[in-house]
Amino acid sequence: MIPELGHYALVLALALALAQAIVPLIGVKTGDPTLIAVAKPTALAQLLFVGLSFAALTASYVVSDFSVENVTQNSHSAMPLVYKITSVWGNHEGSMLLWVLILAMFGAALAVLGRNVPAALHAAVLSVQAIVATAFYLFILLTSNPFARLPQPPFEGRDLNPILQDIGLAIHPPLLYVGYVGFSVTFSFAAAALLIGRIDAAWARWVRPWTLVAWIFLTLGIAMGSYWAYYELGWGGWWFWDPVENASLMPWLAGTALLHSALVMEKREALKVWTILLAILTFSLSLIGTFLVRSGVLTSVHSFATDPARGVFILGILVVFIGGSLTLFAWRAPMLRQGGLFAPVSREGSLVFNNLFLTTACATVFVGTLYPLALEALTGAKISVGAPFFNMTFGPLMVPVMIAVPFGPLLAWKRGDLLGVAQRLLVAAAIALLALVATFALKGGSVVAPLGIGLAVFVIMGAATDLAERIGLFRMPVGTVLRRAVGLPRSAWGTAVAHAGLGVMLLGIVGESQWNIERIAAMKAGDVATVGRYELVFDGLDQREGPNFRELAVRFSVREGGIKIATLSPAKRAFTHREMATTEAALMRHGFSQLYVSLGDLNPDGSVAVRAYDKPLVLLIWIGTLVMSIGGALSLSDRRLRVGAPRPSKAKLGLQPAE
Amino acid sequence: MTRKQRRFALIAGGVAVLAVAVGLVLNALNDSIVFFNSPTDVVEKKVQTGTRLRIGGLVAPGSVVRGDDLNVRFQVTDGNNTIGVAYKGILPDLFREGQGVIAEGVLDTGGVKADSVLAKHDEKYMPREVADALKKQGHWQSDYDKGQAGAPAPGPQSSAERPAATATGAATR
Repeated sequence: MIPELGHYALVLALALALAQAIVPLIGVKTGDPTLIAVAKPTALAQLLFVGLSFAALTASYVVSDFSVENVTQNSHSAMPLVYKITSVWGNHEGSMLLWVLILAMFGAALAVLGRNVPAALHAAVLSVQAIVATAFYLFILLTSNPFARLPQPPFEGRDLNPILQDIGLAIHPPLLYVGYVGFSVTFSFAAAALLIGRIDAAWARWVRPWTLVAWIFLTLGIAMGSYWAYYELGWGGWWFWDPVENASLMPWLAGTALLHSALVMEKREALKVWTILLAILTFSLSLIGTFLVRSGVLTSVHSFATDPARGVFILGILVVFIGGSLTLFAWRAPMLRQGGLFAPVSREGSLVFNNLFLTTACATVFVGTLYPLALEALTGAKISVGAPFFNMTFGPLMVPVMIAVPFGPLLAWKRGDLLGVAQRLLVAAAIALLALVATFALKGGSVVAPLGIGLAVFVIMGAATDLAERIGLFRMPVGTVLRRAVGLPRSAWGTAVAHAGLGVMLLGIVGESQWNIERIAAMKAGDVATVGRYELVFDGLDQREGPNFRELAVRFSVREGGIKIATLSPAKRAFTHREMATTEAALMRHGFSQLYVSLGDLNPDGSVAVRAYDKPLVLLIWIGTLVMSIGGALSLSDRRLRVGAPRPSKAKLGLQPAE
Repeated sequence: MTRKQRRFALIAGGVAVLAVAVGLVLNALNDSIVFFNSPTDVVEKKVQTGTRLRIGGLVAPGSVVRGDDLNVRFQVTDGNNTIGVAYKGILPDLFREGQGVIAEGVLDTGGVKADSVLAKHDEKYMPREVADALKKQGHWQSDYDKGQAGAPAPGPQSSAERPAATATGAATR
């Protein structure tokens, strides 16, 4: 009964979405306030019914109702409750249900929070949002019904993929989806603005908080996924340029560019057309990400059972939304009025610079990810484009961006003084140079690492300089400085913190990629392996039985300078049910660095293959992304965004075409 | 500057960045892509020794020989042709005789000197390239398809199809 209710609730949500997609748009065209008013309640009711549907599926998982095929395929009655719940989205059908649930949440939030937005635009935005929702409801109901029943329910479920039996599944997909789906709001705003044919600085102000929310969650989602892959897969890597990772990086790059260009539009009314295009592209890339991951075009952990009907359906969704919105853009964008003027060297100019490089970098990731697919479709040749490609293209494009980051916030709007800014950054540059020289003197080796560290320190110190300049640090009395610090808009704090986070992340990336020490050895009891500054002593080997797996665990002592500092116990688990093995790496933190130990095979002679890494500064990669997100959150909490845009003056309103 | 000049500066800057990016991409594509081959491809296309490639097929049953110090040799077959692979390092969790595998490395006279070996995380699951290659050679068993029915879900961000980073890999790094 419960699954049928869930199914029915989803059908009702589809009906509501259809109404919400069509009725308010007619209202906008005819100027009928009654029809326009339909948008809000339908958006709220949609959330109610999708929520019911999601709750029904969750209930089926919690009670282990194996008459539901989806539960049978992905759950087991012996699993802990938390994994039973996370299993709901640990599969294709359930993850799509989570997708529409989050979409409905954003729809409802838009309905409630959009009070400042003019009624017509608000209704049109909700309409576009409902069109997106309709497509995904149809996709779920027609090709991926999570509530399908089995005629003969089995006694026990097939268990969840062991790799997914981890707390990471509770965190990573929901965060990532909030990020992906959040950009649907920006997309809806862009499409609605094009439909209505009017766009101004206020538009950017309404859109920016939604973009920020999506960006914060996407940043956290990508970082969480990276850390999960790092500790769960046992290879010690944190970014593999895997197509699925690229699928999440592309909307992030475009979204970051959007965040910056919307700033120009909000403050200076320039870059309107470009910002609209970016809003469309960002969500398009989110959709392409979903397509790449879900359609089975790419084979990876994320690709589900490859049902051609699903692939074709998602391709259809892509064509309709990307093609449709770009057509709308080509048709309506030329009607938008030109914005404010600015000199190439100015705050606007620096943000254009940022956009230029971020979108170009995004394009290179796009090429690297899709070129193998295109080549195979055209010539049949199969190639793999791996990390070297991205290191040779994405890497060089990021360097100018990093160098420019400290300059941007210090430049004045309209016309900036590059020389003056350079002078103000002298201290930051001197500290960076000092870090560079110190790194070179202490570590030696290739010049890449010192240059990278120097650049990272420059970015961090640049952010500090920006703050110091704004609050008048060292220039004014302490009282004034404090007053200015308190009075400084949160968005200024947010910018500085997010930029500093970028530098911190770069520190981690340089440390991990340049000074990583790897040691692989076959070890027996009593053997000692040296990894960087540590000695790893093989104390003993245990074979244990877990609830649904057999476990081979090795006890290691870690010694530094002859003194025992820790014990580590990595393990390898063999899951009998799915005939799969997982690697449980053991991690030891020291400062921002980690010692990483994982196991390979047990050899016939009783030795165990051991893989150990000393990873200097590796934690800074994720700490940096966390700091970036905090910066985003600070900016989001800025009063000016919450209060909303000032209403355009009446005189100006009178001049607008009454469309 | 006039409006026109400013716009020109903007467009010129954009074109310059794009040109640099295109250059980087073409250069990287030249240097860093690796072609996938089945053992039959290697034999028929007479791939030059010294070429970097990916070889995919089934691990020939009974062919795995483990030496000292994590050295291992095995044969990759597509039913019609077989090619040897030498590897030093830890094999992926799901490496098994009779199962699909992809090895990446340099073609030598005696076979492929691999620096990474990939196997899929679900052992019933075939890497797509391997499945296609086997189909071409007429050795495809349809029950591989069934294994995909219960295939996995949004996992850790990257696929479990990780290259086993190896001692040789570490040395070149």
